[in-house]
Amino acid sequence: MANKHQDAKRVDEPTGTEFVGHEWDGIEELDTPMPRWWLWSYYACIVWGIVYVILYPAWPLVEKGTEGVLGWTSRGQLAEAVEAAQLERAPVLAALSEIPTEQLTEYPERMRQAISGGEAAFKVNCVQCHGAGAAGSIGYPNLNDDDWLWGGDLKAIEVTLQHGIRWDGSDQTRISQMPAFGRDGILTREQITEVTSHILTFSGAEDVSPASLRGAELFEANCAVCHASNGTGLREFGAPNLADKIWLYGDKRSQIEGQIWAPQNGVMPGWQERLDPVTIKMLAAYVHSRGGGEAAPVAVSEPAPAEGASE
Amino acid sequence: MDNVLSRAGMYYVLLILSVLAIAVAADQVFAIQMTIVAIAICIALWFNLRGADYSAIAHGILKMPADETVYDDDPIRWGVIATMFWGLAGLLAGLFIALQLAYPVLNIEPYLNFGRVRPLHTSAVIFAFGGNALIATSFYVVQRTCRARLAFPGLARFVFWGYQLFIVLAASGYLLGATQGKEYAEPEWYTDWWLTVVWVSYLLVFVATIVKRKEPHIYVANWFYLAFILTVAMLHVVNNLDMPYSIVGSTSYPLFAGVQGALVQWWYGHNAVGFFLTAGFLAMMYYFVPKQAERPVYSYRLSIIHFWSLIFLYIWAGPHHLHYTALPDWAQTLGMVFSIILWMPSWGGMINGLMTLNGAWDKVRTDPIIRMMVMALAFYGMSTFEGPMLSIKAVNSLSHYTDWTIGHVHSGALGWNGMITFACVYFLVPRLWGKDRLFSLRMVNWHFWLATIGIVFYAASMWVAGVTQGLMWREYGLDGYLVNSFVDTVSAIHPMYVMRAFGGGLYLAGAVIMAYNIWATIAGKVREEAPMSQPDFNPAADRPAIPAAAN
Repeated sequence: MANKHQDAKRVDEPTGTEFVGHEWDGIEELDTPMPRWWLWSYYACIVWGIVYVILYPAWPLVEKGTEGVLGWTSRGQLAEAVEAAQLERAPVLAALSEIPTEQLTEYPERMRQAISGGEAAFKVNCVQCHGAGAAGSIGYPNLNDDDWLWGGDLKAIEVTLQHGIRWDGSDQTRISQMPAFGRDGILTREQITEVTSHILTFSGAEDVSPASLRGAELFEANCAVCHASNGTGLREFGAPNLADKIWLYGDKRSQIEGQIWAPQNGVMPGWQERLDPVTIKMLAAYVHSRGGGEAAPVAVSEPAPAEGASE
Repeated sequence: MDNVLSRAGMYYVLLILSVLAIAVAADQVFAIQMTIVAIAICIALWFNLRGADYSAIAHGILKMPADETVYDDDPIRWGVIATMFWGLAGLLAGLFIALQLAYPVLNIEPYLNFGRVRPLHTSAVIFAFGGNALIATSFYVVQRTCRARLAFPGLARFVFWGYQLFIVLAASGYLLGATQGKEYAEPEWYTDWWLTVVWVSYLLVFVATIVKRKEPHIYVANWFYLAFILTVAMLHVVNNLDMPYSIVGSTSYPLFAGVQGALVQWWYGHNAVGFFLTAGFLAMMYYFVPKQAERPVYSYRLSIIHFWSLIFLYIWAGPHHLHYTALPDWAQTLGMVFSIILWMPSWGGMINGLMTLNGAWDKVRTDPIIRMMVMALAFYGMSTFEGPMLSIKAVNSLSHYTDWTIGHVHSGALGWNGMITFACVYFLVPRLWGKDRLFSLRMVNWHFWLATIGIVFYAASMWVAGVTQGLMWREYGLDGYLVNSFVDTVSAIHPMYVMRAFGGGLYLAGAVIMAYNIWATIAGKVREEAPMSQPDFNPAADRPAIPAAAN
């Protein structure tokens, strides 16, 4: 303290800078001026800040904030971006809305555009259940194969998308209900084992055995009305084909028996109230394009060949 | 004797209250948490009565003054050990959740799922590791730079133990599922109230020690500590204003809702970074860097200007966490502008720290502790450049919600907060336990390199992951539709997640080496080892030329 004034003139040897003159627990401070580059960068940031708050909305006032000279708003920026994207897509979407879904395949360029848009919509709305590659998982159908529960032509896929499956939000939803053969006492556990043996002979997973022969009779009496005598299923009822090696609820014997005992009847929501018709059409095109898309069933649509042929 | 009796009585009353709270608890979580409180009170009571027969009563009856000739370092010793312990716990939790992200099968439901362990990690490293380091070093620094013993020694001890109880309550609450759902402010209302009591006591001890100082001026480190303690008190109280649904329940409803709630949360969240992790740790830097380098602070003027600029600007920067949200545009603009102006004031601390080494740069080569400090300041500089850059709206629209943010946080947390804390602990331990030196300087060197390489792995992989995510989210195809689904981005960054966990593992390995080194030092061991550098000296050559004739 006493020699403070002398300290102020003391110079630090290595740097040649004066000390300030304070000392705490051996720590002293140099009187180095602030680095000029630092100070000028600081000033530059402040000047930039002043300019920026004049150009952009910045200061809160009584009613609302200042709006800024440029008139920029984040909502406005979003609206512009959305509008630009919509303008860009508008011609394609308009053209797609003109083409009946079942005829899309006749317009390869439009079909390509529909698949592209459908892929984007699929990634937002469908991947949660069907997976990013549309390969599904247990309980959620794989859309990449040609094994269709309710039909694999464009129109059938579109109807499924619009109204869903067992979806209480639409009167026209795809609906069917496999009975709980075991839980409701229609078949005994032993009988279910025998039916399963028979079912597994369709795809060759198991050979014919005395049990499967007993199961065949049970199958004919209880199952064939929906799944057909040869197990190939009926799309009318959404009854799966049991003669291939694709199993919605798993291919293990225990999984098949469980499904007969007390079936899971999966639900898919209908999308017609959430997505616009063109998006649903594009989704149908995308799903159709995944590998299993089928041609329109010409034979069934007998009364409308003129429509189908119109060009 | 009266003193002991009345204190024991107070503990008994608290014990009865906590047992009552267990009995009438509205939910199981609250009952478990109050059981922890009751156990803590029992421990305190036992120590109180056990110690009462001897020293405490003797002090009371004979009015024997505490030893005023030495600084009051007991809470600091405990704090250093707590820092080390919580540091290891927090880093381990971090490594665990990093592995969970890479391998989701490691989510152990429900107590050890990502959602519960993640706040455990963040609170353990920020509040338990960082907080104990800040409390311990602040008590050390304020005594020495004021040349005064701690004011209210009893209260200082309460601050330490009360803070540990806060940590245990917060951590056990997370695992039990008690959370306010506010990032870095997850603890429920009763834990918040407890921390408020502890923190106000901390403020009292610190301010009273400054008031009784024997130095004419207040050292710059103490400005930063005081700013940290005061501001954190304000932030904590405002962001935790809420209404418990029951005074014996573990759930509450916040006062602020919707976008106001979000703004208050990020005003808090960003200033937790600004005042806890920046101002507080700059205080550590301002004492320990000049001490270890044995050099004067570079510029007194710079320290004044950058201190006041930092304090004034930081408090407004929070809205940059809410770019392109429901927050009004004007608030977003101000958050961004203040963040960018904050760039130079932040760098002021880095300059003052690094340039303090002028005249002692050779120590970077020979002293691994100085090297840690320099690396800490370098990462501080990088993070405080990256921060303003990320606050620019155009950059933020790419970086926000991606792992870039995680990379940014960790280059600051691992690089700056971690490294400077390690350096300070290495500085403190031999002095606090009266040892000549650390057990091993070479192990400090190992720690330095493991930590540095770990950070590089961590930050680099998160930068790549973040930019990848940001670009994939906004990627449009030729037909004007988004190309990737969210899960596509997740699988794309899986390799980066693995690399991040590897980096975190290296960092943890360094900390384990440190823990052993610290333990061995305290135990009084000294490792025989070659010094870090040796002077180039050959005694055979160090002789005058003798003419042959002279023989």
